[in-house]
Formats: sequence, structure tokens, C-alpha cells
Amino acid sequence: MNTNGNVYTVIYSTILVVLVAAILAFVAMSLQGKQNENVKLETISKLLGAASQADETMVIEEGADVLGLYAEKIEDAFFVNGLGEKVGEMNTGKENVKDIQVTSTSDLKKQNDIIKKIEDGQSDLVSTLALPVYVFDINGKDVTVIPCYGAGLWGPIWGYLAINEDGKTIDGAVFDHKGETPGLGAKIADAPFYNAFHGKTFNLDGDVVFTVAKASAITEPEHSVDAISGATITSQALGKSINLWAKYYKPYLAESAAAHQAVSAADSTMTVSGLAEPQDSVSTAAAVETNVNVEE
Amino acid sequence: MSDINYKEVLLKPIFKGNPVTVLVLGICSSLAVTVQMEGACVMALSVIIVTGLSSFVASILRNTIPNRIRIIVQLVVVSLMVILVDQILKAYAYSVSKTLSVYVGLIITNCIVMGRIEAFALGNKPIPSLLDGLANGAGYGLILVVVAFFREILGSGTLFGMRIIPQSFYDAGYMDNGLIILPPMALILLGIIVWIQRSIQKDLQEK
Repeated sequence: MNTNGNVYTVIYSTILVVLVAAILAFVAMSLQGKQNENVKLETISKLLGAASQADETMVIEEGADVLGLYAEKIEDAFFVNGLGEKVGEMNTGKENVKDIQVTSTSDLKKQNDIIKKIEDGQSDLVSTLALPVYVFDINGKDVTVIPCYGAGLWGPIWGYLAINEDGKTIDGAVFDHKGETPGLGAKIADAPFYNAFHGKTFNLDGDVVFTVAKASAITEPEHSVDAISGATITSQALGKSINLWAKYYKPYLAESAAAHQAVSAADSTMTVSGLAEPQDSVSTAAAVETNVNVEE
Repeated sequence: MSDINYKEVLLKPIFKGNPVTVLVLGICSSLAVTVQMEGACVMALSVIIVTGLSSFVASILRNTIPNRIRIIVQLVVVSLMVILVDQILKAYAYSVSKTLSVYVGLIITNCIVMGRIEAFALGNKPIPSLLDGLANGAGYGLILVVVAFFREILGSGTLFGMRIIPQSFYDAGYMDNGLIILPPMALILLGIIVWIQRSIQKDLQEK
């Protein structure tokens, strides 16, 4: 047979391409469920990881039942818009852990796109935001976990910050990335870097809520974290995305902090003595934890 | 075709005709994924599977492939294998697939895969082609693992993420070499390996 004829070539390539496409489509579809589950499981363990840092006694062991633990610790999961109003609920999986709903990074990306549009001047979009909020109950203390998302050096970077009841102190943080440079930008996902966030606070009154910068450029140490040397762009991008996202969480955080304050004030008057002094003791204890130097 | 020396097919690419150090193919990815052992090992395994299977499939098809679109057909076969590996890693070894990120997909552009199909699989029967592919992948993987070994232990003081250099060394003033994590040092390490191999194997030295 003449394998060099035009007709043969066209038919051959058509059959080959259709065949390969069919194989790939089949494999992709049959593995999709498993892949999505991996992604969801990772998000859940990241959320838990951030929340658990608020309490030193809580350690998530490797291979632990992440879903069960999440369902146990989560109190409420919902969406807020940029005005601090609740705009939706997520299933917390209290009845069935299979129903747990969390936002994927593609959901975060969508919100990030809206935030970018708002920054460009379309301020009427603020009410259309649906920013996820996860409220965990960690040993009797409310820990609010909020995400951030932005563009790193090579691809998206994102993270979850655990916020104290006072609405501004960071009790825990985890970060992740799609493809930052291993050994440099990828270090944002490592403990020495995210531990440096503990006890830092959002500057809720100023324009700049939080920064990640090199040590010599930091002017407000309580609202900043030292950048990773050799990974300037990733560090700055992370700082920028935390700053941007925190800005739109500000109304909600302020509101929930005020609510907590009211509750704890009521508590302390009822129990007469100051048994509950929730915010200050915690934040100072966390603030004692000093800067971890992440330079090599 | 009966004169194929299987031992030669299997062993040559490991040392004497190593695709990385002798043919100098696949340099790019061997610089990119050798920061840590775990990534290097999974990458090595992925490349072994991809080179083996693509050579095997290409060899089965070798008499039917129209000569004019030969390269395109090879590319389709290689990318099929690569995407399969990528998808399977994502489903069953999620954390590793994350550390390798784009480099699994970039196996497609690894010259070793196409090179072996073009040079060997199109002229040989499926079984020798499969072995040739596997062996070349292994030769590549070997270099990857050796480079990653030095880079991880000197650059991070760990192996497979476990601490090897004791803390007391750091207390005494020892510091991880930050440069070795960056690609230039990988290239230098690779150069040293080529140097060592050429000083052992005199016939590789140019006059």
C-alpha cells in the first residue's frame, strides 16, 4: 500500500487524531471525580491548617480524617459581599461529610477578577462580590478563615488567613501556589514563612492593610511580614493580594469583631468578674512569637 | 532484525550512551526538576514510562505512518502518553504532581522521547523499541536523581524532605548553599558529571 499518498495521509491522520482524542476524553472523564476530590480535600486541609494554628494544642496528623475534622470544627461557612452583608451559605457537612462545600481556586479567581474590576473604578460591583468566610470553633474560640488570591511570578498564588475574634489579628496562615520557583517563591507554602504571620494584625484604619516586604522597607512591623530573599516578586505579589482581599473583607471583619465585643461584654457583666477577656490576652500571647527569619 | 543485542540496547543508554551526558538531550528539564529528590524520582519514572510506551506504540505503527507527517504522528503519540501520565498523577499522586507542576506536561518537548522514536523505534520491532525507550528514560532518570541528590543535600540539607545535615552543623555556622538551588548550579553539576564520564570513557574525548 502506498503510505505516501495524499488520501492515505489525510485519512490516517484523521483516524489517529480522533482515536487519541477519544482515549484522552475517556481518561480525563473517568479520572475527573478523583482529581476534583483531591483538590477539594486539599482546600479543606488548608482551611483546617490555617484554623488549627490558632490553637497550639490542635495538631492535624498526617492521614487524619480531614473531612470529619472539618465537619466537627466548622461552625458556619458563608459568603459575604464587599459591604459585609451575607449573600449565601455553604454546606458545612455537619449531616454528611460528603456534602461539604468549599470554594475552589477557580471560584477565588472569579472573585479576584471582580475585585480587580472594582479597583479599576467599577465600584458598583462591590455588592456583587461573594467572598467566602469560614468560621471555625477551635476550643471554644471563634476563628474566621478568609482566603486571598492573586498572581505570583509564574502563576496564581493563594492562601488562607485565620483571623482572631478581634477581626484583625492573624492567628494562622497557609499559602499555596501553582508553580512558583522551587526553593525560592515556593517557600511561601513552608512553615518558616507562614509562621511569621502569627500575631500580625491588619491595619483596618489605614489604606494599606498588610504588606510583605524586605525587612529594610518595612515601616509598620505589626502590619508586615519579611519577604523571602530571592523571591521578591512572589513575596510582593502575596502581600498585594492579602492587602487587596483584606480590604474587601474589612466591613465584615469590623462587624463581626463588634458583635463579638458586644457578646463578650455581655458575658463579663453577667459573670461579674472578668473571666472572659477574650481578645487582648490572645493577641499579645501570639505577638510574643517573634519574627521567624526566612532568609537562607 | 535478529541481530539486536538486548543487553546493549538496555545498558548503553544508562552509561556509555547516556542521553543527557553523551547526547546532551533533555537538559532543560533536568535543570528544572532536580531541586528535590522526590520530584526528580517521579519525573524520572514518568519519563521512563513515556519514552518506553511512546517508542512501543510508534514502533507498532511504524509501517503504517505516512512519511510526510512522521514527526506529527510521533508528537501525537508522545503527547498522548504524557497527558495520560499527567492525568494519572493528578488523580493518584496529587501532591507530587503539584511539585512537578508544568514539567510533566513539558516531557512532550523532551528531545529524548522524540529522538528515540526517530532513531530507534521507527526501524525496530516493538519489544526492542520498548526496551530502548525504557533504558533511555532510565539513563535520563539516573542523571536526574544524581543531580537532585547533590542539589537537595547541599541546597536544603535534606533528602526526600528529611533533614540529613544535623542542626548542630547550622548552629556551628554551616549554611545551605543558596546558589545550588538555582538552575546555573545544576548546569555546573551536570558539567562535572560529563567531565567525570569523559575522563573514565576515553573514546568520548574529542581529539
